[in-house]
Amino acid sequence: MAIATDIRTWQNRRTFLVNSAGGVGSLALASLLGAPGAKAQSPESQALSSWKGAVSQLHFPQRCKRVIHLYMAGGPSHLETLDPKPKLAELHGQPMPESMTKGQPIAQLQGKELKCFAPQFPFKKFGKSGQEICSEFPQIGSIADHICIIRSLHTEQINHDPAHTFMNTGTSISGRPSMGSWLLYGLGSETNELPGFVVLTSVGKGGQAQPISSRQWHNGFLPSNFQGVPFKASGDPVSYVKGPAGVASRGQRDLVDTINGLNRIHNQDIDDPEIATRIAQYEMAFRMQTSVPELMDVSGEPKHVFEMYGAQAGDGTFASNCLLARRLAERGVRFIQVYHRAWDHHGGIKRAIGITAQEVDQATAALIRDLDQRGMLDDTLIIWGGEFGRTPMAQGTGRDHHIRGFSMFLAGGGIRPGTSYGATDELGYAAAEDKVHVHDLHATMLQLFGIDHKRMTYRFQGRDFRLTDVHGNVIQNILA
Amino acid sequence: MLRKAWITTIIMAVVGCWGGHLNRSLFAAEADKSSPTTDPIEFNRDIRPLLSERCFRCHGPDSNAREAELRLDHREEALKTAIVPGKPDTSELIARITSDDSDVRMPPAGAAKPLTDSEVALIVKWIEQGAPYQDHWSFLPLVRPQIPAIGNRTGISNDIDVFIRHRLQRTELTANPPADRRTLIRRLSFDLLGLPPTPEEVEQFVGDRRRDAYEHLVNRLLASPHFGERMAVHWLDLVRYADTVGYHGDQPISVWPYRDYVIQAFNRNLPFDEFTREQLAGDLLPNRSTEQLIASGYNRLNMMTAEGGAQPSEYLAKYAADRVRTTSTVWLGITLGCAECHDHKFDPFSTRDFYSFAAFFADIEEKGFYGGAHVTGDWGPKITVPSAAQQAELNGFAARISAAQKRLKEQSAELDDEQSVWEKKSRGVHVDWVPLTPKSAKSTGDINLQILDDGSVLSTGGTVRQAEYTLELEAPFDRVTAIRIEALADDRLPKGGPGRAENGNFVLQQVTLKSQNKAIPLDASYASFSQSKFGVASAIDNDPKTGWAVLPQIGESQIAVFRAAQSIPRVGDKSVPLTLHLVQKHGTTHLLGRFRISVTGIDDPVRMTRLADDRIQTILGTSPNERNAEQKEALSKLFRDLSPLLNKTRAQIASLQQQRDTLQKRLPTTLVTTAVKPRTMRILPRGNWMDNSGEIVQSAAPKYLAELSSFGDAKSRVELANWLTSRDNPLVARAFVNRLWRVYFGTGLSKTLDDLGAQGEWPSHPELLDWLAVEFIESGWDVKHIVEQIVTSATYRQSSDTTELHRQRDPYNRLLARQSRFRLDAEYIRDNALAISGLLETTLGGPSCKPYQPSGYYAQLNFPKRVYKADDGPSQYRRGLYMHWQRTFLHPMLASFDAPSREECTAERPRSNTPLAALVMLNDPTFVEAARVFAERILSESSDSTNRRLEFAFREALSRDPQPAERELLMGLLERQQEHFERKPEAANELLETGQRPVDSMHQSAELAAWTTVARAILNLHETITRY
Repeated sequence: MAIATDIRTWQNRRTFLVNSAGGVGSLALASLLGAPGAKAQSPESQALSSWKGAVSQLHFPQRCKRVIHLYMAGGPSHLETLDPKPKLAELHGQPMPESMTKGQPIAQLQGKELKCFAPQFPFKKFGKSGQEICSEFPQIGSIADHICIIRSLHTEQINHDPAHTFMNTGTSISGRPSMGSWLLYGLGSETNELPGFVVLTSVGKGGQAQPISSRQWHNGFLPSNFQGVPFKASGDPVSYVKGPAGVASRGQRDLVDTINGLNRIHNQDIDDPEIATRIAQYEMAFRMQTSVPELMDVSGEPKHVFEMYGAQAGDGTFASNCLLARRLAERGVRFIQVYHRAWDHHGGIKRAIGITAQEVDQATAALIRDLDQRGMLDDTLIIWGGEFGRTPMAQGTGRDHHIRGFSMFLAGGGIRPGTSYGATDELGYAAAEDKVHVHDLHATMLQLFGIDHKRMTYRFQGRDFRLTDVHGNVIQNILA
Repeated sequence: MLRKAWITTIIMAVVGCWGGHLNRSLFAAEADKSSPTTDPIEFNRDIRPLLSERCFRCHGPDSNAREAELRLDHREEALKTAIVPGKPDTSELIARITSDDSDVRMPPAGAAKPLTDSEVALIVKWIEQGAPYQDHWSFLPLVRPQIPAIGNRTGISNDIDVFIRHRLQRTELTANPPADRRTLIRRLSFDLLGLPPTPEEVEQFVGDRRRDAYEHLVNRLLASPHFGERMAVHWLDLVRYADTVGYHGDQPISVWPYRDYVIQAFNRNLPFDEFTREQLAGDLLPNRSTEQLIASGYNRLNMMTAEGGAQPSEYLAKYAADRVRTTSTVWLGITLGCAECHDHKFDPFSTRDFYSFAAFFADIEEKGFYGGAHVTGDWGPKITVPSAAQQAELNGFAARISAAQKRLKEQSAELDDEQSVWEKKSRGVHVDWVPLTPKSAKSTGDINLQILDDGSVLSTGGTVRQAEYTLELEAPFDRVTAIRIEALADDRLPKGGPGRAENGNFVLQQVTLKSQNKAIPLDASYASFSQSKFGVASAIDNDPKTGWAVLPQIGESQIAVFRAAQSIPRVGDKSVPLTLHLVQKHGTTHLLGRFRISVTGIDDPVRMTRLADDRIQTILGTSPNERNAEQKEALSKLFRDLSPLLNKTRAQIASLQQQRDTLQKRLPTTLVTTAVKPRTMRILPRGNWMDNSGEIVQSAAPKYLAELSSFGDAKSRVELANWLTSRDNPLVARAFVNRLWRVYFGTGLSKTLDDLGAQGEWPSHPELLDWLAVEFIESGWDVKHIVEQIVTSATYRQSSDTTELHRQRDPYNRLLARQSRFRLDAEYIRDNALAISGLLETTLGGPSCKPYQPSGYYAQLNFPKRVYKADDGPSQYRRGLYMHWQRTFLHPMLASFDAPSREECTAERPRSNTPLAALVMLNDPTFVEAARVFAERILSESSDSTNRRLEFAFREALSRDPQPAERELLMGLLERQQEHFERKPEAANELLETGQRPVDSMHQSAELAAWTTVARAILNLHETITRY
């Protein structure tokens, strides 16, 4: 509603924002139209101030301002990370009860004998909260009192590609906006020198690197201003952010000033707000040419910070990316997605988890502790998890994809710390208590930002779409 | 009474504020100066949008969601309980929407969209006027509307203008004067070709004194081969044409001949009904041409998966749903995809309609899961599409092979003599094949191999895609020179075997032999019979895609013999141990059913086997005079196959065949549609592919539409296409011309290009839309005719100058008192820069090209990992529409300018204006190189004066001269840059070396670098990438 009203407001202001579902004009321009009292400013400077979001009036008190999504791509086994199942160990090697598995979706184990496969590591109790976490993740254990473990997630897609799409967009159909894009659309960003939605990726040594797709951070039918922008560890961090060879910053500045000057002359002739926007975009582009390298340059970080994360400058690892995520968060980026792509453990899961834990455990904990020390954890939502979980059944020495029950943890902005929520059945097969669907996760995330997931919609193909489609319930019991 | 008074108050209020915030077609309401209160309410324009938005969700077409058994989308139903025509105060509908009681009031409390007072008043007024319903506007029959009468016809060019002026008369706005010729030729070139005009073309047009100079220009551009390219881009968005499969590994596919078909279809102005038929059903047309088969590739443009663990039936359901979404949007402009899990919420479409529509495509040969395709590249039916040159080469091979084969058959005394000697020698030849009982016989997968008493092996067990048999054998010989596989007919096998496929066939992809773990190469083969294109040699060619098969000789035994390249010695003094692998991966249990292995130790075993063949020995045993023609022929053929005298000819044939095969493997291919027995199509409850309880449906058009337009019992894709383009289909022509309108004015007549249903926008000019649609159909679906009508209208030709009044009265330019200005689409931004620089390569069609792309951009792809290699040479500079379209990682230049990923049907691209797009224009090597090459032209093609050079540059890029203020800015830039690069010559060289095109050494580096910067400025201008 708030959005529809806003758009109408713009229309009544007789401005030139091309409206939502049709040709979408520039957002910077849109912000120029939306802000009351904007007339005092020149069109260009209005255009420069970043998009303030379609949700002009929050529906709830805002509990957090940004998300860092530590995305364990490939499908982490809940049974070797966050969900202890002693009963499964007892039944190791025995057939899975058919009553559980009959008629359920299954991936590579289709038509195979389904046998219980014991958790490969012991679990330990950590912290004052006594949360049980796999012993391979002692550092995450050390921040157990900060996190809320959800053990009852379930999703709808059993293959990586559509499952990633579902986790990010709430549907497996392509062309819909990702959650980061929705957040940017709803709230805008707090930086106009960096993209509001940044994606960092790394591979690992513990499993094959399943492909991921830009669909996972795509703006879908929203304007492309809301797309996630991947940052690379090597080469230019952002596509085309570096000037051409032989052109230093001063030369580029001179060029941008000339382009803007010529556009201003043209605008005097034809008076088109789209030109003011263009001028502002060139200004922002130029700023990004400075601010992105500045962001990526971690040489100013003290040694103890590198040690805390277990990172080395510019090595492109998950640990490095966690450090970059903190720097992005400090600079006002709204949604930061940090992929680790080596969680697809069909075989040799014991060895694979050991390796992957080494790559992920310390940096995850370091990031949360670092944010806490900087006073940023209170308004930063951390999401740690993958697109689905893995079967309690053996696939050789590994586990197959599994969607009926899996785990994640949340921490920070508005999340009740040191608790767990929901449970799977005694074999870790299906979410049994306080089930949490992906839609519920999305609804909860939006709630923490002060947005009612039912009220942030966008008209496309004659229908008001939302991140949670027609579903989603906020998980009230995990809110602080 | 009380209520009645209240209603009156509301109506008064509405009259007062009608021109204000009333949501009665947003674009028009404010501009009207007439008082709409005097107009009768029009259901489709005024009431349907309100009911659809606020009420239909619970009181509309979806029978499962319907509350209180009330339907408001249907007059008869609504009149039963809710509406009393003419009597708002006794209508329950009004009671409900005006009630103060929150338990009674509709829409219910908490509904996202309550009705405003003015909207309530509108409904009241409508009921007062008798509550007339209309069928939804886009479903109404297409009737050519009357051309409205307007008084002043000054400046009218054709009937389009009459509709536009007629509407403008109700406002304070008047049509703009025509644009100047420079603007016109630029507008027209971008709109019809996607390319800028050359300065010569501009000059020619500006100076053309003919009265119909403009019409000449239109005709020239409509005849240009680039017209098809311009038209194709939008169509390719709709049909989601791309160069990769989209899911998971997003592997490449080859279907670009389809893209070229689309370009050619627009160029030769293929009538749209034929265009429709060829794409939906080209494979089913009588005497179909290769072109039509290529066109049928439309049905194969959906995303596909090779992700391990994907369940075929789940993905078949996904592909089917994708086709319904796409086809219903492309042609009908409706959102039938919304009815996958439930009846449509706003339009009269049911889930049954959804699955019945999907059933049209159930005959398309495809797999849900293309397992292994990431290695084999096998994504279902395809054809080879040789270029003209390749076809000529193929014809050449065919002629030479046939000539050589003729030589092989030629009679000569020498050969006759030789043959009679040979016949004598060959009589009585016998090969001692010793059958071996395997020591063990195992198979991969769910297959059981049973060793029978005669030493043969019987295969039983489940249905499998592939299997590898492994046999351990021991031959009690000194040596082995060949093995023989007898594929045995057996009544226990389907159709009597010898294979296990439903049709009795098998395909043996690979035979490998080992002795003591050492691979034994097999170098020659022979079979008693081989299926066409499944020759026995392909079982030892190391190509897993080819194999030996025996269709149609089903129910008969066959043999195949394979020669060891070197004889296999015994081990110690005992015997020869052998391990035989038989790889069979054709799919659908194409496995050997029963077979037996034998070995021999004779020299020259393949040749001897052929001589020892029973049939040959029978002929040899018959006196020459008594042999019949067939016997003579068989003997002669064998002789000629083996005779040393013909070695050279045979070698020549083999070599030619090999060259031909090599060429054939290089031929481009394209995915096509092949019809098979239709899969059963069921309604999937809630869209759940695992639920088989739904009813089986046959192919059918959506019931509501079928009844409107006499669809009958048609079942095939041909009939679907015919129905779509029948005279009484109300949607197809409307959807098409509405989208065309956007190309030439920036917004559709109804701006929702992808939804002409109840939630779609009521058109700004409904009569004009219908007029264009009827004109389109009655012209014989003539696309160029409609384009010509539009672009020769005065409405199109008017200037885009925008006044304060325009902005006040018609901010979105829906009434068209002026032309619109908008940014060029992604592809044309590239084309424009390349054209201005002179780099553009204008060859039409061909494989997709790979321009420069940031390194590591495909790092997230796998299966296989992808390395992007930018094209060398001319294809680096091809038009944007030929760029390699990687669905999951679209080239960042295209993505930054809103080109869609083409995973889903896209009817409309946004036009964003972002910093990322600015970075592309500033720093993408394509644009930097274009600027440098443009600078080289500026320096070589104009005189030495800076002023002249700037004029040259502006005329090339903007078709005009620079203004003094512009000159001043650019001269300043030039001077500073020149000074800078003179101080830093190495920086100048670095800049100039961007891109593959060698630097023209004629120019001084510092000067060229400085001009390159000036050229970059010009290429980056808002004006350069905007169509006015």
